[in-house]
Amino acid sequence: MIRYVLRRIVLMFFVLFVILTICFVLVKLLPVVDAQQFGKDMNLILQRREALGYNKPILVQYGIFLKKSVFGGDWGISEALYRGQDVWTIFVSKIPATLLVNLYSMLFSVPLGLILGIYAALKKNKWQDYTISTVVMVFISVPSYVYALLVQYVLCFQLKLFPLQMKSGTDWFSWEMFLSVIPPCLSLGFSSVASLARYTRAELAEVLTSDFMLLAKAKGLTRTQATMRHALRNSMVPVFPIILGNFVGILSGSLIIEKIFGIPGVGQLYVNSITALDYNFFMLLSAFYTLVGLVSGIVVDISYGLIDPRIRMGER
Amino acid sequence: MEEKIPKEKFEFYIREEKIQDKEFDTKPVGYFQDAMIRFCRNKSSVTAAVIIIFLVLFAIFVPIFCDNRYTKNPTDTTYLQYGKLLPKCKWFAWAGWDGCSDETLSASDYYARLAIGVETGKNPIVKVYSTDQSTYYDVRTDSYVKNGMIYLTLTETEYKAIQDWQNETGVQVIYPAVDAVGLGLEALKNNANIWYECNRKGAPVLDRDGNYVPIYKVTGNDGGYDSLRIPGDDGYYRYAQITGSSGAVSYRVRVFTYTYFQYKYGFEPSFLFGTNAFGQDIITRLARAARFSFLLAVGISAINLLIGAVYGAIEGYYGGKTDLIMERISDILSGVPFIVVTSLFQLHLSQRVGVVHSLLFAFVLTGWIGMASSTRMQFYRFKNQEYILAARTLGAGDRRLMFRHIFPNALGTLITTAVLIIPNVVYSESNLTYLGIVNLDSATMSSIGSMLSAGQPLLSTYPHIILFPAIYISLMMISFNLFGNGLRDAFNPSLRGTEN
Repeated sequence: MIRYVLRRIVLMFFVLFVILTICFVLVKLLPVVDAQQFGKDMNLILQRREALGYNKPILVQYGIFLKKSVFGGDWGISEALYRGQDVWTIFVSKIPATLLVNLYSMLFSVPLGLILGIYAALKKNKWQDYTISTVVMVFISVPSYVYALLVQYVLCFQLKLFPLQMKSGTDWFSWEMFLSVIPPCLSLGFSSVASLARYTRAELAEVLTSDFMLLAKAKGLTRTQATMRHALRNSMVPVFPIILGNFVGILSGSLIIEKIFGIPGVGQLYVNSITALDYNFFMLLSAFYTLVGLVSGIVVDISYGLIDPRIRMGER
Repeated sequence: MEEKIPKEKFEFYIREEKIQDKEFDTKPVGYFQDAMIRFCRNKSSVTAAVIIIFLVLFAIFVPIFCDNRYTKNPTDTTYLQYGKLLPKCKWFAWAGWDGCSDETLSASDYYARLAIGVETGKNPIVKVYSTDQSTYYDVRTDSYVKNGMIYLTLTETEYKAIQDWQNETGVQVIYPAVDAVGLGLEALKNNANIWYECNRKGAPVLDRDGNYVPIYKVTGNDGGYDSLRIPGDDGYYRYAQITGSSGAVSYRVRVFTYTYFQYKYGFEPSFLFGTNAFGQDIITRLARAARFSFLLAVGISAINLLIGAVYGAIEGYYGGKTDLIMERISDILSGVPFIVVTSLFQLHLSQRVGVVHSLLFAFVLTGWIGMASSTRMQFYRFKNQEYILAARTLGAGDRRLMFRHIFPNALGTLITTAVLIIPNVVYSESNLTYLGIVNLDSATMSSIGSMLSAGQPLLSTYPHIILFPAIYISLMMISFNLFGNGLRDAFNPSLRGTEN
């Protein structure tokens, strides 16, 4: 198990390294748009480029990048978006908003998804199951921005229950903030409720027909007892790692939802850095997104082994 | 004890008939036929398939049949006049699909609107729900007429052309020029809708009988206007203001946007899905966007199928070191977040090979991995079975074994995966265009994502701009997912024959 985990982690860093290298090379190959962002004075631009080391050979630049940014944690200063400010500081200041929205949305979507899935599985092939399955199918398929726009139109505009955009400021736990965070949470939550419910239903429905459930019934457990003690725990084995993976994945946020509701989060920063051609932000956030994706993948895989001792990871 | 049965006691059971197996009275059912039968039993998938066909037909035929001079000519400066028009369909006008909207107006706004109707005969106020005559008017207004007049500066030939068209069709486009000197304020002078006496805020000042008091221009030169005149004109209203020297004379005229549209594009303005903020027709843009999405998705799914199948086949068939190395490569590639790939490609490639190609590369770069791994799995399952050994003994080469004997087993799963790639690509493409990372917009092209993001700021006032694209993409995603699920069940060998 430990060997497997170590191997996965080493592989993860290798992948991260490869991707960073690719990003670096591709960004360096880009036309020098960034030079224009320093100012109009050609002399100044040249001096600035010299000072930032753009005139050194690309391999030397790569070495500096690895030493200074990847290992030293200094990702440079912003050239376009927040001119002159430290990229890392800005990035860290964007995390709380993303985290807040995603955390709230998970807080309601995980229990709701599990409950719907369990209920549908218990009522398999009855009208309750069909209703839930249909709704789940619709919610999985319809793109999240469509509900986001719908939520914004109906709840925020027509009924005026919530503000249209997320409240600015850093009072993360005030009542106004909570109110303004509800619409993005709802729009984020719909699809995760649906996918979780579908997954739980499929797993639980399969477990309910297995032999040990027959045995449980044969030894005299009631239906509730058998379901609670045997079926649920077994059906959670594949479901739980997915929830864990989602928890790691929430760091990256949802680009679209952040744009629609004006959440000052990581996703919006990434999109802005692409449109404004702010390469330092782009490098940092690309590394961050890759890392989050890889870590959540590893968490899912490892937690399979931890939750269910019968599964031996990395075996041939 | 032994008892012998005499030989005579033995007799043939059936002497007359030949003993043979009964002939099958059913026809053999092939793999695809079987899948087809099971697919057709699943009502929701069949419905989904019908909806998909409908959506595809929409995407193919709408740009062919609905294209007209307006949708093809989007650089005209008067386009903004036709922005935000509401959906209008003459067959469903009774259901509220009539290009009108409900508004609450102040009294002065109400009279300003009404003036358009009095002057042109096309009243923007379709219906007055309730009013207290002095402070508010709850009305239903026609978005196609309510913009009223605009000032246009024409050359002599254009001016004459409009006059000729007026004579021919009897439809008034140019309305009399206004004597703006008395209006005082610059904003009022430039407001083409004012043809009556008004106060400094532009609110009409009515005479004692409640009629508007016209301030049409009656003196000066209008370049020999010789065409339709508005009712009540005895021939002394002037229809243009002339500026410029004799060499390059330009005519500043008031034209009615509704009839000017007729003159310019040959039909009365009426848009089935309305127009967006820039006056572009939503239905043709939506259809073009959908057509592009479909083409992109089908193309990517075909390319992924090809690459994934070959890659997975090689991995699974040879196994060992080849498999290990190739698996590591796809592991690394699958670790790259899609958003990073696309944005890198957009930053880097789009200037050299164009947006569409770089989008295609981004989708293909990591898209084939799922396909490859499912092919690999099938190869592992089948490559050690006896029939492969038999084929090998008969002298079949590697390629023949791979694609003739093993690959067909994987076909069902691959088809399902390939179909499910289509909604994923459409979804990702609309996401990227929504965020503005990929920009496919031009005068005649669009994408569902950018239509939605352009409509979002107007969501509260003009929801129709995003309504139709949103409905289209939602229907498409739902039906493709249902269709894919149906296919998966149909090709699932463990369900084979269970219904019979």
